[in-house]
Amino acid sequence: MLRIDSLSKRYPTGDMALKGVTLEVPDGQVMALIGPSGAGKSTLLRCINRLVEPTSGSIWLNGIDLTRLNTRELRQARRKIGMIFQEYALVERLTVMENVLAGQLGYVNFWQSWFRKFPQATIDEAFRLLDRVGLSDFPDKRADALSGGQRQRVGIARALLQNPELLLVDEPTASLDPKTSRQIMRLINELASERGLSVIISIHDVPLAQMFAQRIVGLRFGEVVYDGPPNRLTPSVLNEIYGEEDWNASGPAQDSEEKRSRLGWSSHPLRDPLQKSVEVNRSQ
Amino acid sequence: MAQATTLSGRQWSPPPLIKNPWVRWGLILGAVIYLIFALSTLNFDPARVARGMQRSGRLLLAFLHPDFTTRGNLIFTGMLESVTMAAISTVAGFIVAVPVGFGAARNLVPMPVYLVCRGLIALSRTFQEVIIAILFVVMFGFGPFAGVLTLIFGSLGFFSKLLAEDIEEIDAVQVEAIRSTGASWLQMVSYAVVPQVLPRMIGLTLYRFDINIREAAVLGIVGAGGIGSTLNTSLRRYDYDTASAIILVIIALVMVVELSSGWIRKRVQ
Amino acid sequence: MPVLESSGIKTWQWRNQKQTLLEYAFWLALLLLMFACAKFIADRTTWGFVLDAPRQGREMLSRGVPPRWDYMSQLWRPLWDTLTIATLGTALSFVISVPVAFLAARNTTPNLLVRYIALFIIVGTRSVNSLIWALILVVVLGPGVLSGTLAIALRSVGFMGKLIYEGIEEINEEPVEAIRSTGASGAQVLSYAIWPQVITNILGVTIYRWDINLRESTVVGLVGAGGIGLQLDASINTLRWNQVSMILLVIFVSVFISEWISAKARQALI
Repeated sequence: MLRIDSLSKRYPTGDMALKGVTLEVPDGQVMALIGPSGAGKSTLLRCINRLVEPTSGSIWLNGIDLTRLNTRELRQARRKIGMIFQEYALVERLTVMENVLAGQLGYVNFWQSWFRKFPQATIDEAFRLLDRVGLSDFPDKRADALSGGQRQRVGIARALLQNPELLLVDEPTASLDPKTSRQIMRLINELASERGLSVIISIHDVPLAQMFAQRIVGLRFGEVVYDGPPNRLTPSVLNEIYGEEDWNASGPAQDSEEKRSRLGWSSHPLRDPLQKSVEVNRSQ
Repeated sequence: MAQATTLSGRQWSPPPLIKNPWVRWGLILGAVIYLIFALSTLNFDPARVARGMQRSGRLLLAFLHPDFTTRGNLIFTGMLESVTMAAISTVAGFIVAVPVGFGAARNLVPMPVYLVCRGLIALSRTFQEVIIAILFVVMFGFGPFAGVLTLIFGSLGFFSKLLAEDIEEIDAVQVEAIRSTGASWLQMVSYAVVPQVLPRMIGLTLYRFDINIREAAVLGIVGAGGIGSTLNTSLRRYDYDTASAIILVIIALVMVVELSSGWIRKRVQ
Repeated sequence: MPVLESSGIKTWQWRNQKQTLLEYAFWLALLLLMFACAKFIADRTTWGFVLDAPRQGREMLSRGVPPRWDYMSQLWRPLWDTLTIATLGTALSFVISVPVAFLAARNTTPNLLVRYIALFIIVGTRSVNSLIWALILVVVLGPGVLSGTLAIALRSVGFMGKLIYEGIEEINEEPVEAIRSTGASGAQVLSYAIWPQVITNILGVTIYRWDINLRESTVVGLVGAGGIGLQLDASINTLRWNQVSMILLVIFVSVFISEWISAKARQALI
């Protein structure tokens, strides 16, 4: 069980990325974190495994306060937290298998990791996971030879090889096409329920979040502004999270200002075809 | 290719860097044999090295009290000479390199011109400046004149090669566009070729100046002018204090030139 | 872009007035500087020799062509020495410059002091030409291949160190973050996430420098540090131009071969 207590993060520039966030995530729950860019979604995730150091507050994972751990203890704790990244974060020149095995680095010593001498049980589990995510044909293929969806699956396998208690997922579908996005979200969901895993998914695609998550937390300017089931995400709630927007419109905008900005035209008079050109006016 | 076979107990090891085992072991064996042979020719004489340690200790200590004053005059004029040599050689080298660079661009000139220019560039790049310097010293006498010619020749190879490569890589479409307006060869060059090539050339000139300073400091060892001869003399006389002073001055000069050229290049970009 | 207007008519000039003035001033200053330099050099030149140069050149050429082919038998050993100097020197430099580069890179250095020391080592060894190192080492260790090897190694540390540490600073930090998040130790992060990203660059830089070092190794003999430079020095001092031309030919062929090897090897790396 994950408990976040008044978590705050202030950057050296003075920006408050997180303002007193308090959350509880029970075992086995898939929670989606939504919000506009800069709301603090990524920061929140990274504070949990302390890739970013929180300024204040505490984070309890199954009874251990992560914020109080020293370097060695933190490494041990991180083994129990799997993370999946937006840009897959694979080591490109290594093979698929090597990337997956990286999940167990916290359990082997340096020389074992250098010579890639992992225990047989680990290797067996790695093959099992590759099979589960649908990549059993590729163990020795170089990571940069894979497609985006395939790379994300390797990332998922790596995170799961850690046999984690908690899964942090940072925008898993941002770089993927719509069909692959749904496949990946489905896979994460299935794996979470198979293993009774708590999952926090930071995601910007709201419909996708509603489809696959059991609980939605909306973040805006570092604060929680919504915490509830997906079906209560009404347009007014979304306005609170994201700001004013016509959530139901699907056709071209009627307003010429939006038309210009949608089509990439600036509002500079000299380049605005909707206005008479300045030169023409002047020469007259 | 889904397999229902058992997945436990399956062996895995990371793929080797070189796939072909013959090539791999051949290279390793070859490297080991070579190392053994090469190291044996090194003539590692422990007694000599021990004495060398002593002397290098004294030299290192000399860096703590470098002597800038005893031979101060010589050091100053030597450095001035080196810098002057470098400066004029860089500019003259660039000027001379322009026609040669153009002549070495396959897409601009006929074959014989191309071959001659490429040959010149090859000569310039193959032989270290010191070798060229010695030959020029024999021809033109001791002193910085030979050094300047040496550095010009060296800069020629550097600039011309890069210039030729840049020209050969030029966006053919742009050249065509200018050509289609009816421009002459010279106009085409100045309108289509030069603007694409010039900014990088300026940065390279500063870079070459840096290299030439380092070279100019050395050419004196063979008598082609600059601080090198003073350094040579002081080292041979075991005058470590002066030698360390000269080395420090050279390092300082090279660093100053590098920093300022980096600054200038950033401003120009 | 300088668009000017005068009496209602718009004109276009490549540069505006102030820029043009600055440009002229710059070129003028450069010209004056060059004249000053030229005068400085000219004052220190013995023009008698310069005027005699064409005759001298003709003599060298006539005596040098054809080269003394049988001299080749005496050149095999020095050539081998030159290769040794270049190869062992590059290898030694590799062993030194890789750790130094890791200490100098912003993202892998343990603390600021160590970083500055590493940068100092790199900058210091870069500024001193290998021939100067050779001179120093011959005085300190005595003449021979050992001095030449160390001289090449020392100079190469600066060259390779700079390129390698710049490569380290340019790596993709995302996989590094990911490996760290699994609970890996610092050393494991280095070896698993950083090393595979930089190894290609390191090998490429090493081969590139080996090629340059072969050229530099041919001349360290001129100050006594072993290799074919010794033969060159002796031949020039005794004005045996047909031997000199033979040596130059041998150098040309060796450099040609080494460049070919270097290009092929670096291609294979990609």
